[in-house]
Amino acid sequence: MTQWIAACEAGHIDPEDVVPFTHDGHDYAIYRSPGDVYYATDGHCTHERTLLCDGLVEGGIIECPKHNGRFDYTSGKALGAPVLDDIRTYPAKVVDGTVYIEVG
Amino acid sequence: MGRERLERYSLLGPENQAAVQAGLAGGAWFRSAVPRNRMKELMRRSDYPAVRDTAIWIGLIALSAGLGITFWTVWHSWWAVPFFLAYGLLYGSTSDSRWHEAGHGTAFRTRWMDEGLYQLASFMIMRDPTTWRWSHTRHHTDTLIVGRDPEIAVMRPARLAKLLANLIGLVDVPMAFALMFRHAAGRLTATEADYVPETERARVYRSARINLVIYAATIALAAGLGSWLPVVLIGGPRLYGACLFYIYGFTQHAGLGENVLDHRLNTRTVTMCAVNRFLYWNMNYHVEHHMFPMVPYYRLPELHEEISRDCAPAYPSLWAAYKEIIPAILRQLTDQEYYVRRELLPGAAPFNQPTAASDGRARPLTGVTAV
Repeated sequence: MTQWIAACEAGHIDPEDVVPFTHDGHDYAIYRSPGDVYYATDGHCTHERTLLCDGLVEGGIIECPKHNGRFDYTSGKALGAPVLDDIRTYPAKVVDGTVYIEVG
Repeated sequence: MGRERLERYSLLGPENQAAVQAGLAGGAWFRSAVPRNRMKELMRRSDYPAVRDTAIWIGLIALSAGLGITFWTVWHSWWAVPFFLAYGLLYGSTSDSRWHEAGHGTAFRTRWMDEGLYQLASFMIMRDPTTWRWSHTRHHTDTLIVGRDPEIAVMRPARLAKLLANLIGLVDVPMAFALMFRHAAGRLTATEADYVPETERARVYRSARINLVIYAATIALAAGLGSWLPVVLIGGPRLYGACLFYIYGFTQHAGLGENVLDHRLNTRTVTMCAVNRFLYWNMNYHVEHHMFPMVPYYRLPELHEEISRDCAPAYPSLWAAYKEIIPAILRQLTDQEYYVRRELLPGAAPFNQPTAASDGRARPLTGVTAV
């Protein structure tokens, strides 16, 4: 059963940046693209579980801060070694200035 | 002692699993607190510095090769030697730092430029681009964790004969060719299999076959011309031009703590002059690099300033570093628990030493469990 949960204020994420969000013991990463579209993925890199919120967002790509593994955060696609497994994405939307993500 | 030492550092030996059980593998490493906005500035990349520096680097390689070839073939002059030596050092030593930076994907903003430089530098330094990418990934996960890190250059006790012979590549080059033949035959070593995923292995075999064709063509050309020149230009520099690679490289970790979870205990930052920093692409800022591998080489001096409050003072020169490294290595020949432990500045964040096993001495871990 899925549910929409409030993750953060939209204005609290800079354009082309990422913030962490934890719900029910699960870590998520919430992204704001350069075009002001919001996205969400699992919070940890699929390679060695490093938190992606400390990484670098460039365009539609998040780069892990530990080994520089890269994902397309809009689709979750892993873009090459050392990340080989895609990352799970979650639908995200902004309602009245709050970012919601659909989990479950 | 030799066999025990190799078994202890082997990724196939008992220390690998013992490090996992002791909580040292994939551990939580210390990082200085740097505000997010400042870190974003430092991580941000631009093509310009690396394009400029790579153009200068390739230009110097071409110039030194051109002058060496000209002096040798046209005037049959020994004046060719210093130019070939410069060529050899640029090819056989400084390709290491280009390999390293491009392997992290931090040199350029444009991805294909990083990948192109990585492939070129991997060939020059005689490293398989795939196995070494994974080896270096492990090195960053488990830096100087005994039995986990495949890139520990100086063991305790050190293999002195190997270290000295490698100043002219006498161990690493034959090993590189042995690996090339093994990979070309479609096989990895057991150690490589520990860190190279199945899906990546076809790349290893393909690049080994390509490299062997290039070296075979070089040797055939040399034989056809009746001249050493092709070998002096391709492959040979990894022997006669390798010394700087090791001289720079030993400063990174030699003599420092093992089995720690704080790069300030196992990594060295050395202040170097502008020429050395160009040749080494700022890898001398090695504590900074390990703590924040996302920061491109040209921003490392700024990162150094940013976190200097938490770090022991940088070594003022290569000479100063070696005044410490050589006695430490010699002492470790008889005292394998000895390591250089730097003093932090007043007010620095304390060392991250979560367990007794992570105090730097690297005592055998068998029976130690995580707390």
